[in-house]
Amino acid sequence: MLWQLFVTAVKALVLILALLFTFAYITWIMRRGLARFQVRLGPNRVGPAGLLQPIADAVKAIFKEDLTVARADRVLYWLAPLIAFTFALAAFAVIPVGPDGWVVANLDMGVLYVFAVSELAVYGIFLAGWASGSKYPLMGGLRSIAALVGYELALGMAILPVVLMAGSLNLQDIVAWQQTHGYFILWQFPAFLVYFVASLAEMSRTPFDFAEAEQELVAGFHTEYASMKFVSFYIAELLHWITGSALIATLFLGGWAAPFGLPQIPVLWLFLKWAIFIFLVLWIWASWFRTRYDQMIRFAWGVLLPAATVWFLITAYYVAKGGAL
Amino acid sequence: MDPLLEYLNALIYLGIAALIGVAMLLLGALLGPKRPGRTKLAAYESGNEPMGYAKRFPAHFYAVGMLFILFDVEVAFLWPYAVNAGKLGLAGFAAALLFTLVLLLGLFFEWRKGVMKWDR
Repeated sequence: MLWQLFVTAVKALVLILALLFTFAYITWIMRRGLARFQVRLGPNRVGPAGLLQPIADAVKAIFKEDLTVARADRVLYWLAPLIAFTFALAAFAVIPVGPDGWVVANLDMGVLYVFAVSELAVYGIFLAGWASGSKYPLMGGLRSIAALVGYELALGMAILPVVLMAGSLNLQDIVAWQQTHGYFILWQFPAFLVYFVASLAEMSRTPFDFAEAEQELVAGFHTEYASMKFVSFYIAELLHWITGSALIATLFLGGWAAPFGLPQIPVLWLFLKWAIFIFLVLWIWASWFRTRYDQMIRFAWGVLLPAATVWFLITAYYVAKGGAL
Repeated sequence: MDPLLEYLNALIYLGIAALIGVAMLLLGALLGPKRPGRTKLAAYESGNEPMGYAKRFPAHFYAVGMLFILFDVEVAFLWPYAVNAGKLGLAGFAAALLFTLVLLLGLFFEWRKGVMKWDR
């Protein structure tokens, strides 16, 4: 028993450190990648090809002055980045990176857990906006939440058809189902589309990145944050991108399982599938414009949610007839 | 492994994540310089003197929030159905259909009530 808990703690620590390392280098990929899309070079001075840039950034951030705004609500002001950071990391605990044992917590209701923690992460944003005692963060936070909750619903609705067909909320079961029956991106293409679009909003990436619509809102909910408190939000934001991509790969593209009968190597296949979505999001980010936020909220409630609901009913009928078994 | 033990695993993971978060925040607070000033600590309002109260917001956001709570709870009822849909058969589907139609009707009603009209 105690040994098992120790193993879990080691696995958790390794996974968290791996995620933080991925975060550090995703900043590099993001900056270099976006620069390439815009025909510039991006950071290339610190180390070969700028590879040491994330480390330099981290050192700089740690030694920055840590301000607490005079009118801030101190407890919540400190709590907000912690909540954002913790719950952004939390979702990855149930994503399997390999067969049995290659997951920190193989929960029977893994999908539900993912939704629970991603909705808790919204608290970080709201508390940050509320506790700063400043107008831009308040408006930025409110806008983020008003939009996030709508897309959260569409996300939940889009994942129901997958659960219907796999007959389980356990992510290992969903991966196993796809190994025998084929990937969900083929079975559930409309659900995949809704899920992907809603994910973009969930990661607050273009075209839905108005949380940081700097022309209107300066920096959104983290305007008044500096030093490592700001870094916590930054990590949380990019972790949503990282985790969201891994989740799409797991739900719709077969997860850690190898395609075309290739040899099963635990982390590798999930990593490659994950990289596809990381790049796709970066591509959309570089080429698209930002939508107006009331239009975006209307899109979530008026288009994505009904579309996902109708598709859910179609799949439910198919499954109820005994089609998926 | 015992399925309930997996929840303990998730809790351990959350604990470690939170500890790393606390360590990061403390590190930033301890290592940085401390030179506060009146203007530095003032809320940012594009360089002007901050004025007024920054805790009020349009009632509209409450409406969206309430709408979300309602729908999220209703969608949460569909999760257990989704897992057992195959076993429940067409009778179960009929119940889910009725439930979902009521849900969509509610959405249509809210829409006509003007919850999504942001320019008013």
